Amino acid sequence: MLENYLPVLIFIAIGIAFGGFMILMGFLLGPRKPDSEKLSAYECGFEAFEDARMKFDVRYYLVAILFIIFDLEIAFLFPWAIVLRDIGMFGFMSMVLFLGILVIGFIYEWKKGALQWE
Amino acid sequence: MNFDMPNFLPAMPEMFVLGMTSLILIIDLFLNERTRVVSYLLAQATLVGAFILSLSLYSGNAELSFSDTFVLDPMAGVLKMAVYATVFMVFLYSHSYLRERGLFRGEFFVLALFGVLGMMVLISAHSFLTIYLGLELMSLALYAMVAMQRDSRTASEAAMKYFILGAMASAMLLYGMSMLYGVTGTLELTELSRAVQQTQGDRLLLVFGLVFLLVGVAFKLGAVPFHMWVPDVYHGAPTAVTLFISTAPKLAGFAMLMRLMVDGLPGLQPQWHDILVLLAVLSIGVGNVVAIAQTNIKRMLAYSGISHAGFLLLGVLSGTPEGYAAGMFYAIVYTIMGLGGFGMVILMSRAGFEAEQLEDYKGLNQRSPWFALMMLFIMFSMAGVPPFIGFWAKLAVLQAVVSANLMWLAAVAVIFSVIGAFFYLRVIKLMYFDQAREQGSLKPGADLAVVLSANAIGILALGAFPGALMALCLQAMGA
Repeated sequence: MLENYLPVLIFIAIGIAFGGFMILMGFLLGPRKPDSEKLSAYECGFEAFEDARMKFDVRYYLVAILFIIFDLEIAFLFPWAIVLRDIGMFGFMSMVLFLGILVIGFIYEWKKGALQWE
Repeated sequence: MNFDMPNFLPAMPEMFVLGMTSLILIIDLFLNERTRVVSYLLAQATLVGAFILSLSLYSGNAELSFSDTFVLDPMAGVLKMAVYATVFMVFLYSHSYLRERGLFRGEFFVLALFGVLGMMVLISAHSFLTIYLGLELMSLALYAMVAMQRDSRTASEAAMKYFILGAMASAMLLYGMSMLYGVTGTLELTELSRAVQQTQGDRLLLVFGLVFLLVGVAFKLGAVPFHMWVPDVYHGAPTAVTLFISTAPKLAGFAMLMRLMVDGLPGLQPQWHDILVLLAVLSIGVGNVVAIAQTNIKRMLAYSGISHAGFLLLGVLSGTPEGYAAGMFYAIVYTIMGLGGFGMVILMSRAGFEAEQLEDYKGLNQRSPWFALMMLFIMFSMAGVPPFIGFWAKLAVLQAVVSANLMWLAAVAVIFSVIGAFFYLRVIKLMYFDQAREQGSLKPGADLAVVLSANAIGILALGAFPGALMALCLQAMGA
């Protein structure tokens, strides 16, 4: 029973060793010229420390939502592609239909100008 | 799960509505203010087409499809046709209202049709997954519709409340479903009912799941104590959207209750019976009493809707096919009356004036005797006065309750509906015995006048001949 978990243990050990080795090598070999910009936290273009209730362009939000839809599409496509042989015509057509509905949404958002940043 | 080609025929109306809605979404992109009426006409054509499809598929027996997650039985057929007819009326009522307020956009019709699709899936659901799928598709469309009037503070507030409370109710429902799945190991309703019958000994976990399911259903039906959102949302939303939310989703909510309790959990009937009794008594009591204190007619009709939800539960809790038919009859009758009530608010309003206050109905008889009479029909019917259809609906559920040996419950329901008659009659008193605040006769658009008159006269005509609709409900429930 317990020996089944041996590969997992080996995997964890190698993972820790490898990760540690990389950090150590970077620490030993890398050039170090710190300045205040380099040492400050990076936060996707925003100031790292300020009031979280600030104004930002609502279009970020729109892009994020549109991104999630197509991100999820990929998440569905991968498992579907793997079992494509077993699910036959019905499985294939289901996905085609799903993609078709997404395309309709895509046409809608495109025509409405949601993708335009100007 | 098998991946053979399923039988698509029972789901033809759903596929038709989905296809047409997608088509309207695309076509609407290429229309301008003047040609937008095409979206409206196509939306109406979709409902008519779906009605014809459902009618041609209507038969006396149940047909399962899609790995038993979808069922087309007589109950589903009748309720779906009632939904199409209701939404058809909603569109007729809202046409000029939306136009006057700059809300006449393709999105209104597309969202409403997606809502209809959600209701159809919910009505035909035969597994927890399809129930949840239909419910969410319906609810998400409704949340967006409430928020459509973006420059209105009350509409935004209503949408926010509706969304947050609705999400919470969905979470409760899912939690209950996961409990039942954990105990029985199935999501499919027939298998679920079999597994529940066979469960020996401790049923605590099943009852635990049942309670959470009922919280979700009670929220969607607007039954006390899960009614808090109803007055705020009905009040805040544009009246055309209120008209939609207050009618068709109640039919779907009734179907959801029937699917979960009667199809899925008949083995827990003693338990859900008790919970439904409590929900019904509270809804009828709170709805009728609190409505008296309202000065806003939309809020008053919201509380009246809460008490009607309680009456609807009376039919279901009696646990007999006749009782279920009475509940279904009540749900359909309520949607007809709700259409009339909120339709009247739309008819009285004009751009910049919403006619939301009870005061606005003062002296309506002097301004327009005909529409005062129509409103009188609607109010009498809601109060349950014979010979209007509302009376037969109340009578049917009370008969079901009495035949289930719950005399006290019938007595409570009657007492509270007598108390509730006060606020319906107050509207009639305002219309006939008070001085009008503004003079000048009421001149609604011709289409609106015809629809409302047909609606109100329909309430009277159905009241005179309730037999056909009742027979249809009895047949649908196999009683």
